[in-house]
Amino acid sequence: MADDVTVPPGVAKARAALKDVPHEPGAPKQDPILVADSVVRRFGGLTAVSVDHIEIQRGAITALIGPNGAGKTTFFNLLTGFDRPDEGDWKFNGKPLAGVAAHKVAKQGMVRTFQLTKALSRLTVIDNMRLGGTGQKGESFWKALIPGIWKKQEQEITERADELLARFKLDAKREDFAGSLSGGQRKLLEMARALMVQPDMVMLDEPMAGVNPALTQSLLGHVKSLREDGMTVLFVEHDMDMVRDISDWVIVMGQGKVIAEGTPDTVMADPRVIDAYLGSHHDGTEHDAAEVAAEVPGADAPSSSSVDAAPSSAEGAKSEGGKTDE
Amino acid sequence: MNWDIIFGVSLESLINGTMIAYALAAIGLNVHFGYTGLLNFGQSAFLGVAAYGLAMMVSTFGLPFWIGIAVGLLGAVVLALLLGIPTLRLRADYLAIVTIAAAEIVRLLFRSVSLSEWTGGSDGLQQFSDDFYAMNPYSGSLEFWSISFDERELWVMTVGWALVAIALTIVFLAMRSPWGRVIKAIREDEDAVRSLGKNVVSYKMQSLILGGVLGSLGGFIIALKNAAVQPDTYGTEFTFYMYTIVILGGAARVFGPVVGSMIFWFLLTFVNALLPTLISQGYIPTWLMDANQAGAVGYILVGLGLVLLLIFRPQGIFGDKKEVMLDGR
Repeated sequence: MADDVTVPPGVAKARAALKDVPHEPGAPKQDPILVADSVVRRFGGLTAVSVDHIEIQRGAITALIGPNGAGKTTFFNLLTGFDRPDEGDWKFNGKPLAGVAAHKVAKQGMVRTFQLTKALSRLTVIDNMRLGGTGQKGESFWKALIPGIWKKQEQEITERADELLARFKLDAKREDFAGSLSGGQRKLLEMARALMVQPDMVMLDEPMAGVNPALTQSLLGHVKSLREDGMTVLFVEHDMDMVRDISDWVIVMGQGKVIAEGTPDTVMADPRVIDAYLGSHHDGTEHDAAEVAAEVPGADAPSSSSVDAAPSSAEGAKSEGGKTDE
Repeated sequence: MNWDIIFGVSLESLINGTMIAYALAAIGLNVHFGYTGLLNFGQSAFLGVAAYGLAMMVSTFGLPFWIGIAVGLLGAVVLALLLGIPTLRLRADYLAIVTIAAAEIVRLLFRSVSLSEWTGGSDGLQQFSDDFYAMNPYSGSLEFWSISFDERELWVMTVGWALVAIALTIVFLAMRSPWGRVIKAIREDEDAVRSLGKNVVSYKMQSLILGGVLGSLGGFIIALKNAAVQPDTYGTEFTFYMYTIVILGGAARVFGPVVGSMIFWFLLTFVNALLPTLISQGYIPTWLMDANQAGAVGYILVGLGLVLLLIFRPQGIFGDKKEVMLDGR
């Protein structure tokens, strides 16, 4: 990331905005698009999510990482209205969104994709795209019966859909059923469809899951281009190379809490993160935060609070802190 | 062998009132099941509510015919709301459970002894169709070869086919519009539709109401054709015939339900006319089947035919095999 010769304006802007943000859980951002406070979700006795405070910088790509069961997807579902929290408040673009239904969240400009891609199989690719158009007159039943009312708007939406399909290189598949696309193409379609909503913020739940390596680069490029278009991206991902490659900021969740925040390099060296992924008590060896940090390539100095991190194994830390995909 | 009569009645059943009523019911169910993916197993209740709404207003309360029609349609809308409000937020299978139970509740209410003062109990109601037949422009019957329709049947068919044409036009226009696109997308994956900013529950409710109201037109036709309503007409097997018709014609196809209903009734009538003749002429020995068993065997044969058709043509008559074979991922 730091090796890029030319830095696109979106990246420069995002980096500048995040330059002075402290690497602490719940750190305040210069211009947050999303601010959440004490969001709690319990499933019976299990507290799946318990986030005290979180801010997402506008115009940046923020990665949400954490081991399996850390509550990332649950937190996603809460933010986008697909699940209801037991308590908590959050504001998107200054408007409270807690308890707002999922479709209204999308209308406000926060659009998500799904871990298991949801292509609408028996609709054509172009119809998948058109569905994303907002404020369609023809979507109300009585107006739908009179084509004259919505034909013109339909044309505009189709034009926009065709542009996006061309950008995502799906234009050759325009008339095919979405169900006939490959896994990677479905991911592309889902992302393109989300853009039809013209969102301010795009939430991607594991955009790289099940995508073949050849398509990964193109998907990465598309995610980066969202930032250049002024959109904010929050994504959940297990692939640490991708996180390192495209994210401006990384938030780490563990056992439902935000345990660390920072730029990709610092976070991946953070002993708290390594503990969260590998467990902090596996062999009882005393661990020195500075030593661990030194062993992880590209790491900055450990942040001050890492001193009181629980004992962990240096051995575990050596085995590539983040790469613990299931 | 009197082939003229056998084919005559079979051809009549291609266009008669019964076939029209089933076609209308199936057009409504096609909106639910074919387009929206709603598992409504209580479509017969929509027809029952409409038929009884009409019959009770006219026969029990002595109100005009058109008020009866309005109450019947309103009844279908209210039933859709009652079924939909508690279940449409839940997973699809809950709607199936609730609708099949609700249809039985409706039928049992109609035949309950304590309400028989208004509903006529298990005997049902008569004498509500006079105003309808008073509007009949036909004065004589239609005879052609061995096909014959009397003037009452002709009037029912005229109104019935007009209603079919209106229902098909509404479905055709609605389903090629952005509204229909949302509806079909909900069938594929409602969470995806939600994530794109559409109020899924509201659309499902609209679909439930639309399909219920279209189906209720079939209830009027049955009631007027028989000039009587009886609770057991609206049992669950009625709904299963409708499903057969929808799948036979091809789900989510505009003309599917009409063609499905034609084939269903043609086959059923043909077999039911053929078997007794074969028995009486001695072509089928009585140790195999006697005249009283012919009716049941007719259903068995039609059922077998439908099973074979669905094995070898799962998309129905109009469906697209490629589309049906796509998995629902």
